[in-house]
Amino acid sequence: MTRRSINWFKYTSPASFYPLAGKLIPWFAVATALLLAAGLFIGFFVAPTDFQQGDAYRIIYIHVPAAWMAMFLYLLMALYAGLGLAFNARLWSMMASAIASTGALFAFLSLWTGALWGKPMWGTWWVWDARLTSTLILFFLYLGFLSLQAMIEDPRRADRAGALLALVGAVNVPIIYFSVQWWNTLHQGASLRLGKSPSIAPVMLAALLIMIAACWMYSITVTLMRVRCIILERERNAPWVGELLREAK
Amino acid sequence: MNWERFFNMGGYAFYVWGSFGVALLLMAAEVFLLRRRRRRALARQSNEAQQIDVWQEHETTT
Repeated sequence: MTRRSINWFKYTSPASFYPLAGKLIPWFAVATALLLAAGLFIGFFVAPTDFQQGDAYRIIYIHVPAAWMAMFLYLLMALYAGLGLAFNARLWSMMASAIASTGALFAFLSLWTGALWGKPMWGTWWVWDARLTSTLILFFLYLGFLSLQAMIEDPRRADRAGALLALVGAVNVPIIYFSVQWWNTLHQGASLRLGKSPSIAPVMLAALLIMIAACWMYSITVTLMRVRCIILERERNAPWVGELLREAK
Repeated sequence: MNWERFFNMGGYAFYVWGSFGVALLLMAAEVFLLRRRRRRALARQSNEAQQIDVWQEHETTT
């Protein structure tokens, strides 16, 4: 009897991950397009108008996914950065760098769409309350990570410095998540909570969940695209990159 | 389907389309920038590879 052993570390080298990521990108891109189309269709054409907030409530279909992605991606970035630091693995550090820009994008979008929702609903674009302030800090943490890495020339040193910042900043994520419970805040409580029945209508919930799935697929697509760029740029002197290009010709 | 009513969003058009418009625009921009970054990385790569080839030919012929 032969036991087939799986080499779990096979795809932790940039050389073998690069072609794998290339094969995965089209699938995630198609999933993004389909889910985005379905989520927007249900969100705008099937879901009814909210009796309290009118049509302005539809902003949640982009606001909530953006806010969730900003938090999830930060934790994922910190995890990859930490693993890259602990195991001295280039690919995991590259993944952390690849996630950062997209995380920053979603953090910005959650602030932007939140302001556009706040103006008609609260009468103000911005308040310095716990939820909003901690989300702004999250955005700055992403920007800090990106600029720190951009400043340091040696990529491995940049990885290590970025990892420290990412790990320390991870404390902020639970603060954002629980801020609506810990402090008195203008921000409404969570519509979705694990282990509790949601406080919104099923069709609205469906649209929201599909939009969250779409944002996940989008994040995976662009992260894989970016990590391939990072691999190409960093490993350009490695023999496998030369061979890859010769094969492509 | 009343399109005018749809685009009006119950008077919240600016806020709703401002949210979704900017989100979709930034996402499209990110994909565009990534594709350009990839093209540039590949172009730089093949330039360097050609230079090495030229240099190697030079080495072997002289």
